[in-house]
Amino acid sequence: MTDTTRKAARPDVPAAPLAPGRTEPAARRTRRRARVTPWLFLAVPLALLLTFTYAPIANMVAYSFTDWDGVSPELNWTGAENYTELLTRSELFEVFLVSGYYLVASVVQIVLALYFATVLSFDARFRNFFKGVLFFPYLINGVAIGFVFLYFFQDGGTLDSVLRLLGVESDHAWLGTPFSANTSLAGVSVWRYLGLNFVLFLGAIQSIPGELYEAAEIDGASRWQQFRYIIAPGIRPVLSLSVILSVSGSLSVFEIPYIMTGGATGTETFVIQTVKLAFQFNKTGLASAAAVVLLLIVLAVTWVQRRIVPDEKVDLV
Amino acid sequence: MTRRAVARALVHLSLITAALVVLLPLAVVLLTSLKTSREMANGSGALALPDDPLNFANYLTAFRDGQMLSAFANTAVVLVVAVGGTILIGSMTAYAVDRFRFRFRKLVVALFLLAALVPGVTTQVATFQIVDSLGMFDSLWAPIALYMGTDIVSIYIFLQFIRSIPVSLDEAARLDGANAFTVYRKVILPLLKPAIATVVIVKGINVYNDFYIPFLYMPSEDLGVISTSLFRFKGPFGAHWETISAGTILVILPTLIVFLFLQRFLYNGFMRGATK
Repeated sequence: MTDTTRKAARPDVPAAPLAPGRTEPAARRTRRRARVTPWLFLAVPLALLLTFTYAPIANMVAYSFTDWDGVSPELNWTGAENYTELLTRSELFEVFLVSGYYLVASVVQIVLALYFATVLSFDARFRNFFKGVLFFPYLINGVAIGFVFLYFFQDGGTLDSVLRLLGVESDHAWLGTPFSANTSLAGVSVWRYLGLNFVLFLGAIQSIPGELYEAAEIDGASRWQQFRYIIAPGIRPVLSLSVILSVSGSLSVFEIPYIMTGGATGTETFVIQTVKLAFQFNKTGLASAAAVVLLLIVLAVTWVQRRIVPDEKVDLV
Repeated sequence: MTRRAVARALVHLSLITAALVVLLPLAVVLLTSLKTSREMANGSGALALPDDPLNFANYLTAFRDGQMLSAFANTAVVLVVAVGGTILIGSMTAYAVDRFRFRFRKLVVALFLLAALVPGVTTQVATFQIVDSLGMFDSLWAPIALYMGTDIVSIYIFLQFIRSIPVSLDEAARLDGANAFTVYRKVILPLLKPAIATVVIVKGINVYNDFYIPFLYMPSEDLGVISTSLFRFKGPFGAHWETISAGTILVILPTLIVFLFLQRFLYNGFMRGATK
């Protein structure tokens, strides 16, 4: 990802001709034009980048120190008040506990994905079928998934019917208590996102040269040893990427709980709360502070991951 | 040897279970979408087969009363414009950054790299004010601009790909008298086709599935895209699961078709997208 290192590693491209006009004893006119041309290409992309990514961040940080309601022309500087409110009003901070469910779920998800990727990379039978089936949920529209699983967990819905078929009579309201509801929603999230992790792992495993396994087999290595000493090191970069995606994903869960429960019965997540603060209760200042906190956490997590695993190796294509 | 056979059987069992867990919830919704409201009421259970497997009445209701037709039309407009724009923006950025040396180049690259780390959901509070002040709130322009302007992943894909195009091709064209724009249009863009295909697929599916942005920025009912229109089924069709199911299947069907035809591209595309 680091642009400059990649460039240096590319042997086949001579560096000099990249800049037309620099090496040639060219007229000043071409040199000036060569200096302007890249900016003509970059004008629109940069304008969009600044307008929709950097300006919002700057504004958000500014709003977070005010009591603005998002509509009125009036806004007062309140210092760090929003941040103290966030940290001291426990119900505003409790939403982070909900992320815990999704964090646990993503551990389950990664382990399952790793298992299926390993199994399917060894056993080729019906591989494409199972690969397709496991990956497909990742492509489905979030609202559709929400409805599929609302019906799944409904009283007398899919889950209850299957359980009855297996001889378990259940009148448990799956989305009725905070624990059960959050577990169910986290389960849906595993169902939805497992496929991406799985395909990433499978790709990484399959890019390991086959001779390595053969050599290991000749040396008498067991399947577990092959996994431990060949596969595990081979997928380390992808694994660390999955972990980071999971952590930031768990912190910014929105769609599934919003669509399925609207944040009721203790399933409100940080993003749902922020959206409600900003657009229902018109507390733009407070919501901005919340968003800044989330942004900082996500950036911190990413930074830690980058420190642990340098990212040049994450290159599957 | 038998131990190995047992292990094999267990592995197969786990695969079949996984396939069932994925497919069953979807299959039940498909069954439900074919049932009449009377069948739903008599309590035969979610797994019961519909009396008439060709009962498409619910789909008609979903289409007519659920405004799915205009939803598909709106989605198509947003999709085409946003994906087209993304391709132009991504390839232009990649071309400028990879083929030119200019002042502040490193800064520009850093700006794009850094933006990839910012999760879009966190900044919407403030993005909303900007979109609103540009007069794009509650119009199709809001999602189009946001999809085009905040897609760093596509820029990465183009950057990765453009590096594999030999610079000698550019130079040859230059010697023939082509300027930078002709090189971009006649040499680079055609050679970027595989990258464009990847971006079309990945971006297309992401746009088709996005709920958050249209939900925030297009509250008007006639501006519903498929996500928001389907979401609105929750109100009027409240307990009519047969209609909600039909709408759900209608939304999933295009994805399934695309998936069946483009499987290979999809895996590679999303792998590229995720690993950047």
